[in-house]
Amino acid sequence: MFSLQDKKMAEKIAARMKALIDGKQYSFMHVCGTHQDTLVRHGLDEMLRNAGVRVRQGPGCPVCVTTPKEIEETLALARSGKTITVFGDMLKVPGTTGSLEKARTEGADVRVVYGIEDAVAIARKMEDREVVFIGIGFETTAPTTATVLRSSPPPNFSVLSCHRTVPNALRFILESGEVKLHGLVEPGHVSVILGMEPYRFLTEEYGVPQVITGFEPLDLLMGIYMLVKQVSDGEARLENEYTRVVRPEGNPRAIHLMEEVFRPTNVAWRGFPVIPESGLGLREEYAAWDARKKFADVLKPLEGQEFKEHPGCKCGDVLRGVMEPDECPLFGKGCSPTSPLGPCMVSFEGGCAIAYKYGKKRQ
Amino acid sequence: MCLAVPGKVISLEGDHARIEYTGGIIREANISLVEATVGLYVIVHAGFAIQLLDEKEALETLSFWEELLGSEKSAGDAGREGGA
Ligand code: SF4
Repeated sequence: MFSLQDKKMAEKIAARMKALIDGKQYSFMHVCGTHQDTLVRHGLDEMLRNAGVRVRQGPGCPVCVTTPKEIEETLALARSGKTITVFGDMLKVPGTTGSLEKARTEGADVRVVYGIEDAVAIARKMEDREVVFIGIGFETTAPTTATVLRSSPPPNFSVLSCHRTVPNALRFILESGEVKLHGLVEPGHVSVILGMEPYRFLTEEYGVPQVITGFEPLDLLMGIYMLVKQVSDGEARLENEYTRVVRPEGNPRAIHLMEEVFRPTNVAWRGFPVIPESGLGLREEYAAWDARKKFADVLKPLEGQEFKEHPGCKCGDVLRGVMEPDECPLFGKGCSPTSPLGPCMVSFEGGCAIAYKYGKKRQ
Repeated sequence: MCLAVPGKVISLEGDHARIEYTGGIIREANISLVEATVGLYVIVHAGFAIQLLDEKEALETLSFWEELLGSEKSAGDAGREGGA
């Protein structure tokens, strides 16, 4: 996939960046686990660092940003006898009282699905069971949930919406100023849905350059090159590198469906406090399929309780881009993909899992 | 999780289509979010086609990369086959 020729081209792009940067240091952030995978898998992080660019990972892993409380909600539903349908990389995420995988060994019915339509198919087959789909994901995934809810799924089906949206989280990061950023690498597949406009306020209000970027190694390098160019030219624009898939208007049909089914909610993200209007709750019209309403008896007792992550886990710092995974004292020493202490070591989009997989184990 | 992969629409049935991916793998996907027709390439995420792949833009991306670096082509690159 990353051929020798690509490598040559990559080196040329990096050399150009280095010339533009001219000894300074630029710091960018991406918000996509798949970008992180591309960066680390192909050694682009090193290549970029040598050119003077540091690319931090932000809260771009949907499984990782779920809060301990949301994990407890899935566990409470599983233990109360509902059939839980979930993306595979949620299984091992440790909550305060265990994980879905552990709940399964204790007899809970937890099933891995590839998408929400698989979950609906399970509900249709098992009419006597309540089937709950754990709705994880950003704007890329939320329209799939919306599509299904618009198509009158069976009454024994429901969704625990943990969907979140990207632009307001970015606002929060820029507003907090915790990490100094010269630009943002915007997530290609979130942008397939959103298009360009929803990001524009970030450039207008915070003067930050942004480039919507694809996922091939050369896409990522080009996106970052475009940022470097803007910064060194003293400009701040919103640009699109991933034009073969991202249209300026996004996918209007998907946006419309999302707006019909969801309303913006104020939710906490792991590592972050409550971020205004960064979550997606189901609108009243869809209450019949809203697991939080339907199973209020199971979930209400969790209200007001505080659920904590593992005391040593630095996932929150990793997700805010202030810490590299291998700087966590537990990385590879007590925390590994087989016995993860935080979601960042579980999800294939998690920074710790990616660093571990590609051999950046602390020496 | 926001991973989405391109595939080719090989047949349509209502809101669903059979999609062929690299390596000849064929899976069904919901296509109600896009205007898909047989022969087009779509980007699929979690069992849903979320956008059409614009082949013209894909080629333009490649030529943009080539162009950007064209001025730097050295003798050593002259023997390169194909494009990146
Ligand atoms: S290495 Fe483990 S404990 Fe440390 S931040 Fe990552 S997931 Fe948490």
